[in-house]
Amino acid sequence: MSAILELNGVSKSFSGTPVLSNINLTVAEGDFVSIIGYSGTGKSTLINLIAGLLKPDRGSAVFEGAPITGPGPERGIVFQNYSLLPWLTVMENVLLAVAQLFPDLTPSERRERAASYVDMVKLTPAAGKYPKELSGGMRQRVSVARTLAANPRVLLLDEPLSALDALTRATLQDEIADIWQKNRTTVVWITNDPDEALLVADRVVPLLPGRDGATLGEEIPVHIERPRDRRLVVQTPGFKELKLRIIQTLLDAKKDSAATVSRKLPAPDILPEDLGVKRNFSLFDRPSPRRRSQLAREEVNVEVV
Amino acid sequence: MKPKLKLDILLLPLIGILLCIGGWAAIAGKSTTREMVDDWGDKVTKTERHGLAKNLPSPKETWEASKPYIVEPFAKRGELDQGILRFAWLSLKLVAQGYLLALVIGTPIGFLLGLSKNFTKAFDPIIQILRPVSPLAWLPLGMVLFSGLKIADATGRVSFGTSDAAALFTIAICAMWPTVLNTAVGVRAVPQDYLNVAKVLKLSRTKTLFKILIPSALPYMFTGFRLSLGIAWLVIVAVEMLIGKPGVGGFLWQQYNANSFAHIILSILTIGITGFILDRAMSLVEGRFRTA
Repeated sequence: MSAILELNGVSKSFSGTPVLSNINLTVAEGDFVSIIGYSGTGKSTLINLIAGLLKPDRGSAVFEGAPITGPGPERGIVFQNYSLLPWLTVMENVLLAVAQLFPDLTPSERRERAASYVDMVKLTPAAGKYPKELSGGMRQRVSVARTLAANPRVLLLDEPLSALDALTRATLQDEIADIWQKNRTTVVWITNDPDEALLVADRVVPLLPGRDGATLGEEIPVHIERPRDRRLVVQTPGFKELKLRIIQTLLDAKKDSAATVSRKLPAPDILPEDLGVKRNFSLFDRPSPRRRSQLAREEVNVEVV
Repeated sequence: MKPKLKLDILLLPLIGILLCIGGWAAIAGKSTTREMVDDWGDKVTKTERHGLAKNLPSPKETWEASKPYIVEPFAKRGELDQGILRFAWLSLKLVAQGYLLALVIGTPIGFLLGLSKNFTKAFDPIIQILRPVSPLAWLPLGMVLFSGLKIADATGRVSFGTSDAAALFTIAICAMWPTVLNTAVGVRAVPQDYLNVAKVLKLSRTKTLFKILIPSALPYMFTGFRLSLGIAWLVIVAVEMLIGKPGVGGFLWQQYNANSFAHIILSILTIGITGFILDRAMSLVEGRFRTA
């Protein structure tokens, strides 16, 4: 198998603070790679570099033999916060990608194609709904469908499931793994959950924090047969051993990394107007700014004996 | 809770209005008529007004003097003697034209401000200087700019002259700023996520504008549109007073010159109520677009 994606000695820093240093990664065609690391180590920076939304300071990012100069649909990215367009329905969100990538198709062919991707993520009944009417899991499914509809050569997932509850997350892990088995698109999946990494990926690469920015550790191959049934897999000694190895690697790295300074900053009392909430029309009532101090607090009655 | 709510939204405003009318009645002048014998021995009646504000008509006098204008709201007895709603309609027509002009000019400027840092640096100071200029200052400039403009209709009468153009110019340039500034804020507030989607899909500039930027900035733009309409309505009165066009403002000024003070109050109330209705109608439209 040939390498579809290569990072050679890539470094990136933001206003003098090093985030990534000397990243070397080779992804072969059809690979399913998972990159695991703590929050804030630069996982999103890494995937944005691959997507082309950021440019490396040093080193080179090569995709299919050519250096990455900017974002493109051949490297489809699923964002952590879904990034759906709220004024479009599920179908229209997917259609946006189809219309852009397949301009030669007739409108009905585009609809058909979009519908097939909506169906792939099991959202056909909700095709006419708007993102705000959907649950978090459904939104992320739409996002996956929209990205796949662009027919990417590499699918980049930036902590796609970390905003979801555990049960929904498990379902979506299985679904995306299923879709991968059918399409065999190359996948780079960023996560902070060792279970997730082991359940979906062929190899797990830890992103380890360091004093001069994070760097990739030694990769851990996952030889678990597919399809992976999570109920059985998680009980096998092999799985437990791999999970322990990942956690150990990450913990060791944290010990060596620079100490962080935490500081408490006062949050402003006034909250931005929530444009997401539909304001009810009222004749005489004028809305006043929302204040943090006036947010509803939970009250608990405690009886003192 | 239900009955309390009713009390809040109906009874309390009513109490407020009644209190204001009471205060008005208290300071308004009262007229007393005395019969007396003058120096020549003739019997004459003499009417005197006294009170805190002698010449301010009382609520009752205002109502009686305004009655012909309210009862027949669409009557046309003369160029400056028409029913009050007819006047309001004439004013609204002028406002609508100037307001549309403001939106057509203001929205693209707002987009340029929101999209280009250099454009903002270049033009923001000018905008900040022109923004607080009063309509009274713009109107003479409009008169100068469009002096000699005459567009005649079929019968040879001037249907659109210098003063009309100056009025539109004044309304448009005064009402434009909230649209400009809110559109700029809305465009700057487009989430980076949406722009990333556009980048990854490689949407063209026009497509990004129409599929991402405009829909995303629309709630902000409508807030600007609503504020602009409020200003357009504010400006119209001043403009009509200055150019003597028939309309609520023109009527108000004419009645002041005619010492008919009750009609001034009628005009003020009409202007206020119309403005209120416009604002509420715009928030109704605005609310529909707040579905981010």
